[in-house]
Amino acid sequence: MQQSPIVEIDRISFGYDAARPVLREVSVSIPRGSVVGIMGQSGCGKTTLLRIIAAAYLPSAGTATVLGRATSGLERDDLYAMRRKMGMLFQFGALFTDLSVYENVAFPLREHARLPEDMLRDLVMMKLQAVGLRGAADLMPTELSGGMARRVALARSIALDPQLILYDEPFTGLDPISFGVIVRLIRSLNDSLGATSVIVTHDVQEALGVVDYVYFMAAGRVIAQGRPDEVRKSSEPFVDQFVNGRPDGPVPFHYPAPDYGADLELAAA
Amino acid sequence: MNLPMVAALRSRLEALGSTFTSAIWRLGFASRFLGYLVIHSGTALRRFRLTVAEIYFAGVLSLIIILVSGLFVGMVLALQGYDTLQRFGASESLGVLVALSLVRELGPVVAGLLFASRAGSAITAEIGLMKATEQISAMEMMAVDPIARVVAPRFWGGVLSMPLLAALFSAMGVFGGYLVGVQLIGVDAGAFWSQMQAAVDVRQDILNGVIKSVVFGIAVTWISVFEGYDAVPTAEGVSRATTRTVVTSSLAILALDFVLTALMFTGGNAR
Repeated sequence: MQQSPIVEIDRISFGYDAARPVLREVSVSIPRGSVVGIMGQSGCGKTTLLRIIAAAYLPSAGTATVLGRATSGLERDDLYAMRRKMGMLFQFGALFTDLSVYENVAFPLREHARLPEDMLRDLVMMKLQAVGLRGAADLMPTELSGGMARRVALARSIALDPQLILYDEPFTGLDPISFGVIVRLIRSLNDSLGATSVIVTHDVQEALGVVDYVYFMAAGRVIAQGRPDEVRKSSEPFVDQFVNGRPDGPVPFHYPAPDYGADLELAAA
Repeated sequence: MNLPMVAALRSRLEALGSTFTSAIWRLGFASRFLGYLVIHSGTALRRFRLTVAEIYFAGVLSLIIILVSGLFVGMVLALQGYDTLQRFGASESLGVLVALSLVRELGPVVAGLLFASRAGSAITAEIGLMKATEQISAMEMMAVDPIARVVAPRFWGGVLSMPLLAALFSAMGVFGGYLVGVQLIGVDAGAFWSQMQAAVDVRQDILNGVIKSVVFGIAVTWISVFEGYDAVPTAEGVSRATTRTVVTSSLAILALDFVLTALMFTGGNAR
C-alpha cells in the first residue's frame, strides 16, 4: 500500500488582506522521501505557500495537511510538536548572531532535549561534519561567508533529525562553489536522513538537477507541474517563458494596475 | 455650510478618531502582550542564567552612565541647595535636602530616564533586528517560543536591574552631595550626616522611592520589549521603534511619577 503524502495542500486560498489574494485554489501533494521544488517568479506566492506548509500562516480556504495533521485549529503545543519534526532553512540563514556556530547548532538540542554536554557535543559535531564545517565550530556568524552561514543554518535545521525540511530560496546570493555544495547537501541530507524536502526557488536550471518533482506557480496559482525531464521538454507557454527567462509571455510584464491613461489623468485633459 | 467644507471637517474628525482608536487598540495589544509574557515567564525563571545574562546587559553595562550621572546630580544639588539654604541659615540641613531629593524623586526618575535611553533603546533595537533578520521566525520554526526565550528574560532582567540602578544613583548622588557640601564648601560633616539620618524615613521616603523605581522599571522594560517585538522588520522600522521606546518611556516615567507622588506624598502630609 502506498504511504500517504507528507504534505497535502488541498485547494487552499490565502491573502494578507481580503482585497489581494496571494494564493488561489492551490493544490500540492508532496510524497514522503522526495525532493520537491516550488518555482516561480518573485511575488508569485511560493514563499507564502512554504509558510503555509510550516503553519506560520493558515489558509483562508481549503485545507493544509502536514505530517498527518491539518494545520488549521492547531493548539500552540500541537503546533510546536509538529514543528519539532520540521526543519527550515531561511533565505539568509537567520543564524543567532550572539551565539557561535557551535551554539547555533546546539540551540534546538538544548531547547528540546536534556542531553549530557559530551553527548550534545558529539551530536553538534556530527551535524557540522555533515555540512563540512566542523572546523568552524568556534567562529561567530559574522566571521562566516554567505555560503558557510547557509551551511551552518542547514546543520541547525537538521539538528533534530526532521522528517520534513523546508528551504526558502536556499541558493540566493551564493557563489558557484557554495551553490554546488548546497545543491549536493540538499540531496544527500534528504536521502541519508530519510527526510522529505521542499525547495522554494527561482534558480530553475540548477534546482531541476536536484528535485524529483516540480510545481510552477504564477499569480498565486499552480500552473504547471511534472518531473524535471517532463518539464524540460514541456511546450507549455509559461514553462517555456520561465525556463528560458523571457520577459513577457503568459506571465505579463505589468503588475495589475488601473488603466494607464486614467492614472495619468489623460482622459480629463 | 458648503459641502467641501463639511467633507474636509468630517475627514479630519475621522483621522482624529482613527488616531485615537488605533492608540487604544495598540495599548490593548501591548497589555495582552504583557499578559502573555508574564504567563510564559517560566523559562526565564527556571533557566535563571538567561535572565542573569540580561541583567548584565541591561544593568551592569548601564552602571557607568548611572554612577557618573548620580555623582554629578548630587554635586549640583549640593551647590544649588547650599546657595538657597544658607540664606535662611539652614545650610546644615544640606544633607537632608540632597538625600530626600534623590531618594524620593531624582533617583528613580533620572535613573529611569537614563535606563530608558541606554538599556531600553538597546533592548528594542536588539529584538527588532532579530525580527528583521528572521531570527525570531527561525526560533518559532524550531518550536521555541520567542516570547518565552527572548523577550521574557530581557523583561525580567530590566525589571530587576532598574531598582538597583536607582538605588546606586541615589547613593552616588548622596556621595556627590557630601563631596561638594562637606569637603568643598565646608558644611559640618556631623550635621550633614546626622540630620540626614534623622529626617529620612525608611517607609515614607526610601520604600516609596523603591516602589517608584520598580514601577518605572516595569514600564520602561515593557515598552522596550513591546516596541522591539512589534517593530516593522526593516532598518527604518527598527529605527522608529527605538525612538518610540525612548520617547514613550520618558513620558510614561514623568506621568507615572506625578501619579505616584500624588498618591504617596500628599495624602498623609497635606496639612
